[in-house]
Amino acid sequence: MSFKIASSPHQHSQKTTAQLMKLVALAAVPGIAVQAYFFGYGVLIQLLLAISTALLCEAAVLALRAKKVKVKLLDHSALVTALLLAVAIPSYAPWWLVVIGTAFAIIVVKQLYGGLGNNLFNPAMAAYVLLLVSFPLPMTSWLPAAPLQQQSLSPADAVCTIFTNFSCSGYSISQLRQDADGISMATPLDTLKTDLSQGYTTQESMKKPVFGWLSGEGWFWVNLAYLLGGLFLLQQKVIQWRIPVAVLGSLFGFSLIAWLLSPDTNASPLFQLFSGATMLAAFFIATDPVSASTTEKGRLIFGALIGGLVFVIRSYGGYPDAFAFAVMLANMTVPLIDYYTQPRTYGHKSKGER
Amino acid sequence: MPTLFQQIQAGKVWDFHGGIHPPSRKERTNQKPVALLDIPDRLYIPLRQHIGVAGKVLVKVGDRVLKGQALTQAENAMAVPVHAPTSGTVLAIELHTSTHPSSLAEPTLILAPDGMDEWRPRKPLDPEQVDLYTLLERIQESGISGMGGAGFPTHIKVNVKQPVDYLIINAVECEPYITADDMLMQERASDIIAGIEILVKLLSPKAVLIGIEDDKPIAVASLKAAIGQKDNYFVREVPTKYPSGGEKQLIQLLTNKEVPAGRRPLDIGIVMQNVGTAFAIAQAVLDDIPLIHRVVTVAGETLAQQQNVLALIGTPISDLLNACGFQAEPQQRIIVGGPMMGFAIADWSVPVVKTTNCILAPTENELGAASDEMDCIRCGACADACPASLLPQQLLWYSKAHDQDKLAEYNLSDCIECGACAYVCPSEIPLVHYYRVAKAEIRETQREALKAEQAKARFDARTERLEREKQERLERNQQLAAQRVAQQQASGQTTQSAAAVQQALERTQQQSAQPLDKEQIIAERERKKAEALAYQQQKQQAQTATPAEDTTATTAEDPRKAAIAAALARAKAKKQAEAQPEAVGQPAPAETATADIPEADAKKAAVAAAIARAKAKKLAEAQPEAIEQPAPAETAAPEVDAKKAAVAAAIARAKAKKLADAQPEASEQPAPAETAAPEVDAKKAAVAAAIARAKAKKLAEAQPETSEQPAPVETAAPEVDAKKAAVAAAIARAKAKKLAEQTQMQQIASEPATEATVQAEAVPAEQDAKKAAIAAAIARAKAKKQQNSEPL
Repeated sequence: MSFKIASSPHQHSQKTTAQLMKLVALAAVPGIAVQAYFFGYGVLIQLLLAISTALLCEAAVLALRAKKVKVKLLDHSALVTALLLAVAIPSYAPWWLVVIGTAFAIIVVKQLYGGLGNNLFNPAMAAYVLLLVSFPLPMTSWLPAAPLQQQSLSPADAVCTIFTNFSCSGYSISQLRQDADGISMATPLDTLKTDLSQGYTTQESMKKPVFGWLSGEGWFWVNLAYLLGGLFLLQQKVIQWRIPVAVLGSLFGFSLIAWLLSPDTNASPLFQLFSGATMLAAFFIATDPVSASTTEKGRLIFGALIGGLVFVIRSYGGYPDAFAFAVMLANMTVPLIDYYTQPRTYGHKSKGER
Repeated sequence: MPTLFQQIQAGKVWDFHGGIHPPSRKERTNQKPVALLDIPDRLYIPLRQHIGVAGKVLVKVGDRVLKGQALTQAENAMAVPVHAPTSGTVLAIELHTSTHPSSLAEPTLILAPDGMDEWRPRKPLDPEQVDLYTLLERIQESGISGMGGAGFPTHIKVNVKQPVDYLIINAVECEPYITADDMLMQERASDIIAGIEILVKLLSPKAVLIGIEDDKPIAVASLKAAIGQKDNYFVREVPTKYPSGGEKQLIQLLTNKEVPAGRRPLDIGIVMQNVGTAFAIAQAVLDDIPLIHRVVTVAGETLAQQQNVLALIGTPISDLLNACGFQAEPQQRIIVGGPMMGFAIADWSVPVVKTTNCILAPTENELGAASDEMDCIRCGACADACPASLLPQQLLWYSKAHDQDKLAEYNLSDCIECGACAYVCPSEIPLVHYYRVAKAEIRETQREALKAEQAKARFDARTERLEREKQERLERNQQLAAQRVAQQQASGQTTQSAAAVQQALERTQQQSAQPLDKEQIIAERERKKAEALAYQQQKQQAQTATPAEDTTATTAEDPRKAAIAAALARAKAKKQAEAQPEAVGQPAPAETATADIPEADAKKAAVAAAIARAKAKKLAEAQPEAIEQPAPAETAAPEVDAKKAAVAAAIARAKAKKLADAQPEASEQPAPAETAAPEVDAKKAAVAAAIARAKAKKLAEAQPETSEQPAPVETAAPEVDAKKAAVAAAIARAKAKKLAEQTQMQQIASEPATEATVQAEAVPAEQDAKKAAIAAAIARAKAKKQQNSEPL
């Protein structure tokens, strides 16, 4: 009798890449739900657009590269990229924005670098940067959170706005963003930045309606939901604690120091943690295994670098939020970080002791 | 800060990096008693079941052997014998598929049990009464090698000179499914402790640490009960985590020490033994039961009865599985060892060996085969799981790129192949497999590098040796020349011989005017060489016997032969001198001698000396002619300048080599050798002749046994390399042939005086020719041999 030969180990954990990716998508659900509640159904449409674009592009490139299309599509990595980009751009941004962004993320940033596992940059963030630099206006046209909106928007309005730039009732994006006084409302981070540059103190600026409890109206809850999703990922051991803790810790640390030194011109550390894309980036974006550092020490450095860069750009840079830039800059340092943070192998002396 | 020992005493257990928690599935087999099986129909006992070399087989096919009888004998320290697991008849000793990942066939003794299970006489030892050497000997003779994994001979591991701090007994058994050690501890704890006591006696450690995973509470309790109140025996429960049972990992768990890379645990004062080995030692010493059986876990959902069995070494795995109710499914896998590090086998006729602790026959659902390998997503789960703190994904990257430098930099060699990385990999990349391939490639590269290095070293050594020998020869020649000059001056040039030589030289000089100088130098050099050889010869003879006696004895013994040889040589010389006016009179004796005696043994030298003497005598009689004769030759010689001669010699050598290579029939190809010969002769012959004549003269006047006697004959002999010998052989052959022809045509006697001696002394010319041919053949053979044996 002849038996089948296989190489050891003969046992495998049941966690596959596809399952990991599915868990990531699942963990993002509460965040997306809260985002949809505060910032409109547009986010769901953006998601659909992004996912379909991503899968199409991925399939097309895989076919061109003569890879097993079905197997590779089912690793769900394109899905996660699309998801991250879709939730990062304004809910009512025109449809072509997310399509361009997703296509760029999948075709250029991911597949042209060699496909899954070989891309240097986080595809979603690279695409976000492309869009932000190329189309700054639509990319910053966030609607105020639902309680502040003058017109309530139905799902039909979302479709109309995204595909025609006007809601079913004929309002344009800029009109939708106006408050009762006809003044366009920016995001809390943007508002704060503008006010500080105009000589207001933090406290004065924070009295504006776009700010709610602790941070921006609506934004606090969105961040909290992503934090929950992130904790779920940690609990499921899909991600390790080092990167998110380092990102949040360093952002908190830097802003704490700045805030203690000058509370009038700096936002509080907690405001920083619950504003903008902080939680989404810390748990879902920076932890992208492909473009992050892989060593234990390296992950701490990588995370801390992102947190520090975010603080610097938010406080002194030209953009209200900074995660896309911070993540991309940190991605570039990964080979260096990995090289210099190799763990000490069992039975060897550490590099310094040699 | 408490010391390490205090911490250990206090019960501290440390941790190691990484590790995984696969489902252990041990509950299936760890509550059933170890089953005994019927004796199988056939036992396949591999002759080598451990690291090291196989012993010498002690039995023959057809022998009846008794249970426990040694089948092989350890011939060196690294070997342990194998024993007959039961009584029966040796059916065959042949190649049989091995229980090894390679499945290579290896020498295996096939035993047909007779069912009597009859023991050989047993001699139990009392460890208290015997010395350590006896214990070690018993352990070796009982065939005990490590039963945990690698199968390292135990007697070597416990025979240590260095002090041992901790004896660690590995009872962790961290691989899923396997419960063989667990059951052994549950059932035979007191024997295990007895075995440990023997190890303690051998090693005298500070403390005994028994490491065991905390999922074996019954075994822990049994061991603790068996230990009782013994001092410095510590049972340490370690958390269930794979691979806690790895040697390095367990050391880290129990002592917080790391074995430095490339070193052994002994270097940090630790010896580790498997719990099964301790049991085997107890059996061997206390009951004189060699290692003929072991507990094997047989598990997997294709079996009706998953259990531990006590299997005789050599039992085919098919027997074990069938005894447990095996039902194969399609794509069935049979794994020897655990699911993490075990290996799949294709052929289930392979036997249980000393290191076999588990046989798995899982269903596809139970242990799914690996699915398609996907791209690495750099998640780092492998690095988190690696117990050696390696970076498996980097190693994978460099393995795929065959970048051996980088692999070394990332410490591939520290990988213990535990499989934790491949287990956790979400992309199902068979990482361990990649590492095995890379390691094999590195081994291959190293082997090649070593080979190249050795070849280079050999070449360098040869070049150096040749150069050195050349230098030595030069120096010696110079020295001897100086000596000779001094000697001549001391003896005051008064001896007639010296005067005669001088005269002769002067005469030739006058006749040939200036160009002779160069030739003279060459001649001088040649003579020095000859003298050096003579000196050597003399020394050699002085060592063996008195040269004078030897020579005279041989001469007395063989005067006839010598006379023949001398005559032959003379005849040849004569012939050549006539045939080739420019070429020289007497190269023949030297050359034939060369062909005759490349080995230059004493006796032959003596014979040669006799020849020379005979010639000398003759020369002495025909003195005026002899001295006159060389003149034309010598005058002719200078025309051939040294360079030309060298070139010619090279050509001749090359041809001779070719000739030697082609191994021609003597009669077929004398021509090329013949054409080459005169050219060589031109220079050499002149020199040799001059020397020979001069010496002969001297000899004739002085005593016949002077130390210089063998010199002319020996001239080139010991130095002759393969090529020269070949040339000489060819020349000799050619000459022999010519001679034969000439003598047959008519017995040439142009110079009555010499010819008369030839006629009188020599046997018929045919016989001479034949002899020369024989000599040529011998020379050829020798040349060939020398060529072959010449080192690279």
